[in-house]
Amino acid sequence: MNRRHWLAGALVAAALASSPVQAQTTLRMTWYSDGNEGEVMRDLLNRFEAGNPGIKVVLDTVPFKAINENLPVQLAAGQGPDMARIVDFGGLAKFALDLRPHLANAGAWEQNFGPFLEWMREPGNTTAIPGYMTQLTVTGPLVNKTLFEQAGVAIPGPKATWDDWAKAAKAVADKVKAPYPVAFDRSGHRFFGLAVSQGAKMIGADGLPTPADEGFRRAAQLIVDWHKSGVMSKELWGSVSGTAYRGANEEFKNAQVPFYLSGSWQIAQFDKTVGNAFDWIAAPTPCGPANCSGMPGGAGVIGIKATKHPAEVAKVMDFLASEPILSEFYARTLFVPGHIGIAKKGVAYQGASAQAAAALKVFGDAVAALDPAAYRIQGNAYSRIVFNAAISRIGQAVAGEIAIDDAIRRIDADVAQQVAERNKK
Amino acid sequence: MSETGSPPRAILRDSHASRLIQAVAGLLDRPMAWIQRAVGGRGMAYVFLAPNILFFGLFVFLPIGINMAMSLTGGTNLFLSERPFIGGDHYRGLMQCGSYLDPASCREDHFWKGVSNTLKFTLFQMVAMVGTALVTALVLNRKIRGRGFFRAVYFFPVLLSPVVVALIWKWILQRDGLLNGAITLAGGEKILFFVEPGWAMFWAVFVSVWAHMGFYTLILLAGLQAIPADLYEAAEMDGTKPMRVLTRITLPLLWPNLVVVLVLVLIKAVQTFDEVFVLTGGGPGTATLMVVQYIYETAFANQVQNFGLAAAASMLLGSLLFALTMLQLWIARRKAA
Repeated sequence: MNRRHWLAGALVAAALASSPVQAQTTLRMTWYSDGNEGEVMRDLLNRFEAGNPGIKVVLDTVPFKAINENLPVQLAAGQGPDMARIVDFGGLAKFALDLRPHLANAGAWEQNFGPFLEWMREPGNTTAIPGYMTQLTVTGPLVNKTLFEQAGVAIPGPKATWDDWAKAAKAVADKVKAPYPVAFDRSGHRFFGLAVSQGAKMIGADGLPTPADEGFRRAAQLIVDWHKSGVMSKELWGSVSGTAYRGANEEFKNAQVPFYLSGSWQIAQFDKTVGNAFDWIAAPTPCGPANCSGMPGGAGVIGIKATKHPAEVAKVMDFLASEPILSEFYARTLFVPGHIGIAKKGVAYQGASAQAAAALKVFGDAVAALDPAAYRIQGNAYSRIVFNAAISRIGQAVAGEIAIDDAIRRIDADVAQQVAERNKK
Repeated sequence: MSETGSPPRAILRDSHASRLIQAVAGLLDRPMAWIQRAVGGRGMAYVFLAPNILFFGLFVFLPIGINMAMSLTGGTNLFLSERPFIGGDHYRGLMQCGSYLDPASCREDHFWKGVSNTLKFTLFQMVAMVGTALVTALVLNRKIRGRGFFRAVYFFPVLLSPVVVALIWKWILQRDGLLNGAITLAGGEKILFFVEPGWAMFWAVFVSVWAHMGFYTLILLAGLQAIPADLYEAAEMDGTKPMRVLTRITLPLLWPNLVVVLVLVLIKAVQTFDEVFVLTGGGPGTATLMVVQYIYETAFANQVQNFGLAAAASMLLGSLLFALTMLQLWIARRKAA
């Protein structure tokens, strides 16, 4: 090989080394999907990549269960992704990256995500900007209108109580032979959709969970009583153990449930899968003795502290959380906006049927009726400890293994034990 | 030699292969001779065992050690260096019971419920599994028509993943499943198998036996085929009754294989998790909650991932398994002696 060949080789190598392909930063985002949001997010990321050729974002889609069970272990081991879509904000707050130093306009983030940033921060931290909300969710009932019409039972009105709904749904189910008159997802969050309306507070002034209060006890008693009287079927709450989640969306889609307590995130899915098989509506949250509030919740994307590319992560997040992009995301996924500016302006939902649009309106209005206690529970770092203890022990009471008093005693003990374990240093 | 006078291809291939093997072995000759000189003839045994010991040490003994250390620490951090030492607190918490026979009286009631369910499951499953596998092996050992086909059919479920097995049976057993379809077609009422504790445990055992029986049948079949045929011929000439042949010839000579099957079934039953978890989710209530599910939930499913408590529970489970296996081997050796 002569000198000219060597020179040519060196020039080619230098050209390759300086090409954009070589300089590209690859970021990974762990994601889960309830509906079409994964496709929409990919589409938006493609747009970001086209405008920022130096950054490539890989979307790792995993089951929802992996977000709650595997991701925390990954993060604790320092092996996580650069960004992740999560729901347990309080539990994962210690792994979240503070984007503030890297953001072009941190003030806009404060303004538009302010109340939700508090959910994502570690206790005591009042300044961090860990991420943005991909959706705000509200628990509430979805009603199979066709079943009510077939049974000739009137749908209870806006200020109807839980008791009114339970009686009506049971009457419908008896007439049309539906196996699940009232169905609740087996989830602590959904249980609190009932408990808050019964007056449950559960979080003390010190920010720690309190022993079960009267409102909580009333809600637990209602769940157990409804199972005994056949208003609820044991197949959802009684058939599995521990903290296992069990949704009733399949049963609702199969027209087996007149009244389904779930939430706003189901709208896109039902709009697509139920189609015109039957008519369904969203109803305002039934009223309890304390209020007519459901539970807020939501999912958000956070940056991960262990990332090697914080500036690039912030750049992606800035793009995704910008008003036009996020507005498009909400519009295409049929999600209730978790961005105050967009919520005020309203979202022009794309491709939503008339019943989906009406349901979104009902859930949007429900946000205004949320009780402060509901926000306080949802935003608390220990909330999932309380949620999990509640479903595990109330599930046992539903199955007939323990009395409700024993269940409450066990919930208090479980919560105290786990809070103590978390605070061991 | 072929007709042309050249060696057949197979021999050629063999000679190439053997030359290759000799060449590779030749490469090892010098280092092995050097090692033998260094460690002596007796030491060579350990040299040959070393890779296996290393593998076991890395993937079995080291994790056991880490698990043990983890069980003596608290908090929610993952790395041992970041976890406070709390001594035997987790063990004391697990053992804190009014009565060990009443899980509700224990501080960690789900752990004891898991232990109780696991023991129940193990007992029922062992009896059903060994009994069914033995009968199947005895039948398949006879000269029946389609013997090969039936051997394959009984072995087929063993090839399936436990999760697939559980999902298939879940579809069959659910409210609108195949079995309830058949029951309603026959004029009966639907049975909610996963809501009744008795039914849930029955199906957990049944599905487990269905899925794994083929494997144990194969072990027993191998044992049956190793029994000399002349013993049966002699018994036949003496006019011995079939039941006596079974109890005096077959079962005693099959005993070593039965012990292997018993030990394997016991260990697998105590470790049961995936099948039952997917099939029943541990319910209804905690009726089929197994101890491994408790460990999994304590370590991973709760918001507070209590690795220390889960590690302590798995150490106790490991000790129980070890004790049961030793007991079984001791009984087997006594019987053999």
